[in-house]
Amino acid sequence: MASINLLIAVCLTYVAFLFLVAFAAERAAARGRGNWLRSPLVYTLSLSIYCTAWTFYGAVGYAARSGMEFITIYLGPSLVMIGWWWFLRKLVRVGRTQRVTSVADLISSRYGKSNVLAIVVTIMAVLGVTPYIALQLQSVTLSLSIFSDPTGTTDGGMNLVSAGFWVALGLSLFTVLFGTRNLNANERHNGVVIAIAVEAVVKLVALLAVGIFVVWGVAGGISEMMVRIDNSDIGQWQVDSSRWTALTVLSGAAFLCLPRMFQVLVVENDDERHLHIASWAFPIYLMMMSLFVVPIAVVGLDLLPENSNPDLFVLTVPLSQGQGGLAILSFLGGFSSATSMVIVATLALSTMVSNHVVMPIWLSFQGQGATVSGDVRNVVIFARRVSILVIIALGYLYYRVSGGSGALAAIGLISFIGVAQFLPAMIGGIFWRGATRVGALTGLLVGFAIWTYTSLLPSFGADVVLSSPLLEQGPFGVEWLRPQALFGIKGIDPTVHAVLWSLLLNTSGFIFGSLVSFPKPLERLQGAQFVNVFANSGHAHGWSGSAAQSEDLMVMAQRILGGAEAQKLFRREAQIQGHDRYLPEPTPDFLQRVEREMSASVGAATAHAMISQLVGGASVSVQDLMAVADESAQMLEYSNQLEAKSSELLDTARQLRDVNAKLTQISVQKDAFLSQISHELRTPMTSIRSFSEILRDGHELKASEQTKYASIIHVEAIRLTRLLDDLLDLSVLENGQVSLNTETGSLADVIGHAVTTTQAGAIKQIKIDVSDLDTSIELHTDLDRLAQVFINLISNAQKYCKSPEPRLFIRATKTDNEVCILLTDNGLPIPMETHALIFEKFSRINDQDGSGAGLGLAICREIMIRLGGEIDYVPAARGNRFVLRLPV
Amino acid sequence: MQRLPATPVFLERRSYRQRRMMDAIRLLPLVGLLLWLMPTLWATSDGDGVEPVRMSQAIVYVFGVWVCLILCAGSLWHYLRNSSEDAIDVEFGVKTEPK
Repeated sequence: MASINLLIAVCLTYVAFLFLVAFAAERAAARGRGNWLRSPLVYTLSLSIYCTAWTFYGAVGYAARSGMEFITIYLGPSLVMIGWWWFLRKLVRVGRTQRVTSVADLISSRYGKSNVLAIVVTIMAVLGVTPYIALQLQSVTLSLSIFSDPTGTTDGGMNLVSAGFWVALGLSLFTVLFGTRNLNANERHNGVVIAIAVEAVVKLVALLAVGIFVVWGVAGGISEMMVRIDNSDIGQWQVDSSRWTALTVLSGAAFLCLPRMFQVLVVENDDERHLHIASWAFPIYLMMMSLFVVPIAVVGLDLLPENSNPDLFVLTVPLSQGQGGLAILSFLGGFSSATSMVIVATLALSTMVSNHVVMPIWLSFQGQGATVSGDVRNVVIFARRVSILVIIALGYLYYRVSGGSGALAAIGLISFIGVAQFLPAMIGGIFWRGATRVGALTGLLVGFAIWTYTSLLPSFGADVVLSSPLLEQGPFGVEWLRPQALFGIKGIDPTVHAVLWSLLLNTSGFIFGSLVSFPKPLERLQGAQFVNVFANSGHAHGWSGSAAQSEDLMVMAQRILGGAEAQKLFRREAQIQGHDRYLPEPTPDFLQRVEREMSASVGAATAHAMISQLVGGASVSVQDLMAVADESAQMLEYSNQLEAKSSELLDTARQLRDVNAKLTQISVQKDAFLSQISHELRTPMTSIRSFSEILRDGHELKASEQTKYASIIHVEAIRLTRLLDDLLDLSVLENGQVSLNTETGSLADVIGHAVTTTQAGAIKQIKIDVSDLDTSIELHTDLDRLAQVFINLISNAQKYCKSPEPRLFIRATKTDNEVCILLTDNGLPIPMETHALIFEKFSRINDQDGSGAGLGLAICREIMIRLGGEIDYVPAARGNRFVLRLPV
Repeated sequence: MQRLPATPVFLERRSYRQRRMMDAIRLLPLVGLLLWLMPTLWATSDGDGVEPVRMSQAIVYVFGVWVCLILCAGSLWHYLRNSSEDAIDVEFGVKTEPK
């Protein structure tokens, strides 16, 4: 008979051994020799934390009470694993690409990195898993007590409450020492995983050993065992159909949603191919774990007294047969189941609590958010350690309150229903782009409320939380609200009732909430990435602003990732960006990478908040939104480009049309001019020729007539010369062959000279008003050429101003760098359609008498350009205005 | 506008066989669920006069289904193990699946 002291010694030795294994594994991993640590076998074995003390002890008790029903707890997960292709494959890929750290992180990350969702899921997970931890405490203390009283009929000589306390304390120390050694949840807990794998082997071997002993040692073979089974109390099929179905579905759901399962399935997954292997290897493990449950239960029912606790048959059967060693092995198996579950569950939960509850609160208390000084890592680790202690303390509290009463299976199922509430938000999040934050929140809260009301609170028993009248008649006597018979539907098994209503209303709330709400841009982005994870692996949204300074980023990253890690990350990035500088540019890609790295330590929502504080801008750019809308967006983008191009084309076409019109007009003008110039040249030539013929042939001409004809020839010759001079002048100016004769003089003198020149000998006098002219303006330019411009302009005004009292005002102003001269007449304004042409060669506007060649203004413009200035035509209120600008 | 398929419409024999094995992987859990829900139709001990299913039969049935499922899943994995990951990714990622 093993004493309690011996058992405690065995336990401590076993724990020390686990420590050694974990330590060795971490050492090996640190030295890079840890490849074997990440084998498919280890992955499969680590999944075995699904099999807790509930499985180890409870399954036998369950079988002894209700026959084959216990096996549904294994069928669900087996189906989920065999159907890995449907859900797990995508879940693992999403978890790896998004660097998800927990269920809460997954859901929060999917629905726009919402911290509210993360907190809700965390609280639900803590409340849901607390009964489960209580269950482990209960099973370990019960199994200890059995050794002091092998019949299991009383509590024995042990104080169960204080034993529970010591077990809880031991477990929390174990978890703190094991689990919080490194911060980054995605660095994966090599030591823990290996320890769990070892424990998985221990519990399997222990259960198989007891089973083999029972079948071959007690019953005497398989066929004898079968006969014995058929003759026992549970020898006939007595399973309730609704429970069978509901529990199969429930266990499958819980397998996906339990925080500890998510931790080993997704977070600790190193290679997606391991999942392929585990898809058939893990069902083998589950099958072996359940293989001997019924035989042990049957033999226990046969051999042990009526009132012994069937939950402890695994221990009491060997003990009653005097197999002390086998009993201790079996005890170790149960102990392994309990410890591995508590370690991983509290690790997963503490990550959630610290990332989603403690860190956001701490950061907001710090006020400055991301820019506080000091190492955040210490805070995170401290938060995780405290969380571990608090979670285990809660489990202990539940154990005390529930009095360690209910059968193990019943407590486990309550926990399962609680965590299964995550399923709609998870599946919807991965498969349905339309799922929104509001929908997820609605579904979770509804499911959680119904679970609390129909399952958790009644589990404490009547009159503990809910009074028995309330349980019997419903609150305020409303039958429809009875906790275990909602909507007046009685006669459903309480567990099936809770599963049915909570999941049904949860899913309805989720879908309804999603349908009526509108997601934020970030939600839509994340939704697209989660749902299309296979189409675009690894393309998370980008940060658009790169206002973040690399120094700030570095400071922040160091505080969260640790100095060495952060420096490695930054240096690697700098190398990728291809420069030798120490700090890389804060490109959107890099910001995203930093956020991912940080989210592995502090959770997606917190990391996102911290980066956005540094970047200070919206994280969703227009391009991102375009990408969300996928093909339609691409088409939109394309059509936008087309639109831009077509408007550009329209613009060009319009310009071309303008140019073409101008060219046509000029060409018409040129044709007109050519005929005009030939006429111009021919008219004087004709008169010169005819008068010279008269002079040659007219011998009887009077002297006065001779003089008259000779002077006509002279005038016509001058007119020809002037025309040719103008043409020559223009061609010289246009070819840039002109040499400027720069000198300094007064503007008033130049204008005075021009006025005198034009007024002299003119038939039609224009009144020129130069009274406003500033006489102090000095110019340094080619004064003769400038005078030519004024002469042309004044003579034009003189010729074409049709006003009864023709007037021309000349004004000049001087600024720092230019002189502006305005010549305004009071004649008929030049028609709008010819504005563009007035400075062109050969253009003759308002020229009815044909005396001009249309070269004056063209020459003016050429001169002004040569002098570095410009000339413009501006229609005045009544008349025309030419504006000349000259640099000083 | 009709988009041209990125992958060929018809496959050679070997790829075709791979695709069908993947279909089998997808179907397997559904078959398992169906077989494991069969017991809900069985007569129970409080049935009306019908001889209830004996426990030993139930155990053989449930574990038999289990072994079959594991063998199927294991052999499918073995068969597809050597096919390239890319093929699987294309198959699972792209919805327009060539037949």
